[in-house]
Amino acid sequence: MVIDCKHVWEHISGYLDSSLEASELNEVQKHLEHCEICSAILDSTRNILILTADERVFELPLGFSERLHARLDEEMQRIA
Amino acid sequence: MTVTVDKVQVADEAQVIACIVRGETHLFHDLIRPYERSVYVMVLSLLQNEADAEDAAQEAFLKAFRNLAKFRAESKFSTWLISIALNEARSKLRQKKARKIESLDSGSEEDGHVSPAILRDWREVPSDALERMEVRRMIQLAIADLPGIYREIFLLRDVEELSVNESAEALGISIGAVKVRLHRARMMLQQTLAPQLKQVNPKRRWFPWL
Repeated sequence: MVIDCKHVWEHISGYLDSSLEASELNEVQKHLEHCEICSAILDSTRNILILTADERVFELPLGFSERLHARLDEEMQRIA
Repeated sequence: MTVTVDKVQVADEAQVIACIVRGETHLFHDLIRPYERSVYVMVLSLLQNEADAEDAAQEAFLKAFRNLAKFRAESKFSTWLISIALNEARSKLRQKKARKIESLDSGSEEDGHVSPAILRDWREVPSDALERMEVRRMIQLAIADLPGIYREIFLLRDVEELSVNESAEALGISIGAVKVRLHRARMMLQQTLAPQLKQVNPKRRWFPWL
């Protein structure tokens, strides 16, 4: 069965998580082999997920840890 | 991480928790260290304000400490901790009647498709690009702009790397809903970020005096 681009887009997330069923995976892969648009969408999505997962995107505010542990210490002393 | 390491970690954690409950409270500091960032990122995603987020994160850790004896090993400590943090952030939002409540609700319809940004080719944006503040800012803003229900699931799965099951547990939603929302979240980010990132030239030189 030949599937269209829109159908492939619905499976991009599942494809990236390797959670597609064998038949779906096969269809998507066949489509990707000859469709440069869907391949670019897949590549860009994968690339974006790598960037967003990078620890540098969200950093803790300076001194966050120190303030947190100081507050925990206060609490521990209070109940001790 | 291998499954074996994971199991050892969980077993260690259970032991540490038992010790803390028995009175060795100082061990709580070590128990939470690996999760400080996750908790902060999750509450920040809801509150959208660093000071409020730090406050809510501290409250969440204090609540976890006070309620540690109630922790049941059926769930992972991290999942339990994150659901406490999300509850803390939500109650803070309700108190402040912040505008983000609106976006949490308005994103709740789960039908409709998200079309990705159409590209003919994609040149990989290297992780080094994140050294640049503008690129980090671009990504932060795109995530902040997601409707609440999509932002939460995206951060849990793709930033904090919880499993589908753990995310479902932390959010109190079904596994099916996790998958649907995650797909939409990823497509929305591709739609926003792909055209912006395409403009990022990895070969551009960085002049610190500019």
